[in-house]
Amino acid sequence: MVKALRIALPTIGFGMLAFGGWLALVWVPAERDMGAPSRIMFAHVPSVWMMFLCCVLNFGASIWYLAGKPSIKVDAMAEAGAEVCLLFGTIGVLLGSIWARPTWGVYWNWDPRLTSVTVMLVTYAAMLAARRFEEDPERRARVSSVLGILAAASAVLVWFSVKWFNSLHQPQSSPSTTYPELVLTLRWNSFAFLFIAAWFVWERYDLALAARAGELAPPEPPPAPAQQGGAA
Amino acid sequence: MHACESGNPFRRGADTWNGVATERLSTAPAIDAVDLSRRYGTRWALARVSFRLEQGQSLLLTGHNGSGKTTLLRVLAGAVPASTGRAAIFGLELGKERSEIRKRVGLLTHASYLYEDLSAQENLLVPARLLGVPEPVQRVKELLAKVGLEGRARDSVRQFSAGMRKRLSIARLLLKEPALALFDEPFGELDPGGIEQMESLIRELQQAGATVVLATHLIEQGQSLCAQRLHLSGGRAAQA
Amino acid sequence: MSPRARPGFWLTALLVLQKDLLIEWRSRARLNALVFFALSTLLLFSFALGADTRILGRSAGGYLWLAIMFASVLALGESFRVENENGALDGLRLLPVDPRAIFVGKAAGNAALLMVVAVVLVPVTLAVYDVRPLGGLPELAGVLALGCLGISAPGTIYAAITSRSRAKDVLLPLLLFPILIPALIAGSKAATLVLHGDPMQELQSWTKLLLGFNAAYWSLGILLFPSVIED
Repeated sequence: MVKALRIALPTIGFGMLAFGGWLALVWVPAERDMGAPSRIMFAHVPSVWMMFLCCVLNFGASIWYLAGKPSIKVDAMAEAGAEVCLLFGTIGVLLGSIWARPTWGVYWNWDPRLTSVTVMLVTYAAMLAARRFEEDPERRARVSSVLGILAAASAVLVWFSVKWFNSLHQPQSSPSTTYPELVLTLRWNSFAFLFIAAWFVWERYDLALAARAGELAPPEPPPAPAQQGGAA
Repeated sequence: MHACESGNPFRRGADTWNGVATERLSTAPAIDAVDLSRRYGTRWALARVSFRLEQGQSLLLTGHNGSGKTTLLRVLAGAVPASTGRAAIFGLELGKERSEIRKRVGLLTHASYLYEDLSAQENLLVPARLLGVPEPVQRVKELLAKVGLEGRARDSVRQFSAGMRKRLSIARLLLKEPALALFDEPFGELDPGGIEQMESLIRELQQAGATVVLATHLIEQGQSLCAQRLHLSGGRAAQA
Repeated sequence: MSPRARPGFWLTALLVLQKDLLIEWRSRARLNALVFFALSTLLLFSFALGADTRILGRSAGGYLWLAIMFASVLALGESFRVENENGALDGLRLLPVDPRAIFVGKAAGNAALLMVVAVVLVPVTLAVYDVRPLGGLPELAGVLALGCLGISAPGTIYAAITSRSRAKDVLLPLLLFPILIPALIAGSKAATLVLHGDPMQELQSWTKLLLGFNAAYWSLGILLFPSVIED
């Protein structure tokens, strides 16, 4: 059952993505004001959504590790969440940059959303780097949880502080103000990305658990040998 | 047996010694360890160690380097949690009441816990004030005299030799008046005179009623101080 | 013997603060080096950006904060180096001392140290960048105090985390600087407004942001510090 799901997720995801690609590139009529480049939005927006989703996953796992049960599974989930967040965030920023060039004339500007997402990605990359320098797996898990909570808090604060500048970013359009083909394509691609992201997290989680198993002795020490001395 | 059961659980024993009073907490054993284990990565530094030590008694802990003596002492002091197994210190559960256990346990270890830039006196005043010792300045003076450092009270620890640091660390332990005193290689870095002094300090603690666990390679000194012995090998309790 | 009364939370924090300030005073050669480092950073900015005093003056608030931030990495690292040298922090933990009180004491000590650096930097900034605090010296002092407190709270947590790591010199700035961006933005804006005038009364908003930043990280610090130093 689990094996079937494990193959189904990427199959469905990439299949949907393939169809979604056709939807985005061919089927959807070109956007009135921005023209062809706006089609990048159908990959850019879902990427950013997946990034936020994984950020929440990492935050949740971090809190759970510290406040609830400090198990290696929770830590592996936090690690998987952070890495996939970084992956989709980077894709999102790159795609956004590519879109920005023909649209705004620049690859980069100090737009609040762009800036705060980039800062957030640097924060997560730093957190993943810090993990590499902690040898003891249990301490590493605890430290990462603290870093994860601080990173999420920072994401919120950076967002608010950068927002105080003028924004060049597209105002968030609600589905009712845009035409149905756009909404359908966006939703379709978002689900495609969701399946792919879930599969990435799952695979990464398994890898993390396997790595942990190599680093940690099993939870119970082997039983005492038959002959055991004690206090005199 | 829980600490809070009787009305005044800390009836101070009639035995006091230079102000070191000892506490007798009902009749719970000082240490009651069952399957105590601690892992570091893939290695079990401590594996299923079980033993019992009644109040006021002394235990000699022996074993080669790396056999788990330091880990056991750190676990008992509440410095690191056990990975599995459980232990009760004076009836207090190790996993749950770390703070209460720490109040009653003193640990003398390789680390001196000293601040290089502070003087000997200041290094004792800081913990004295944090412990709420009444008349800390006076008490610190007494302890410095006891370990033979009264002449160097105002000197920076940075100038101290290894032996002097050890003596200062002992004074820091005595400041706490622990009911359970854990010694990890206390004779290291001491000259013969220092070793003698350390032995007599440990004896005084014992006479005042403190429970003592002494980990040392100096079997002779250890056996003269402790009636019981626990030998560790590869993290497990073993025959010596 | 009279029974012992352990100090409460705030007295404990005060004792830790006192201890840290005493250590800093004893090793004031290090403090001097820190201040000179911050000063030279300030000068480096002016050299890098050329001699146009107008441009320099406009950005003086920002450079002041950058210099303080760079100095903070050294100060924070040092604050925990003395704790780890002989396991002193471990010793405190085992007395036992409430780790949250240790955090408040140490973070306050680090903030005080940064404020000393800031106090030395201000006259130099005014001179080198040719600016005057049009908005008033007390306002500038307030902005600096808030900023130093804001750097110190997350800084103390990250310094505690990285101080036991192999790559502590690299990890501390790598982890700390992205977190400090909101404080840097708010601090620079606020300082600039105080130095050049605040026609549209924006100072309040930036001060509020600094206060919010402090509130968030001081509370998070108190919550999370025990998890960092307990084994």
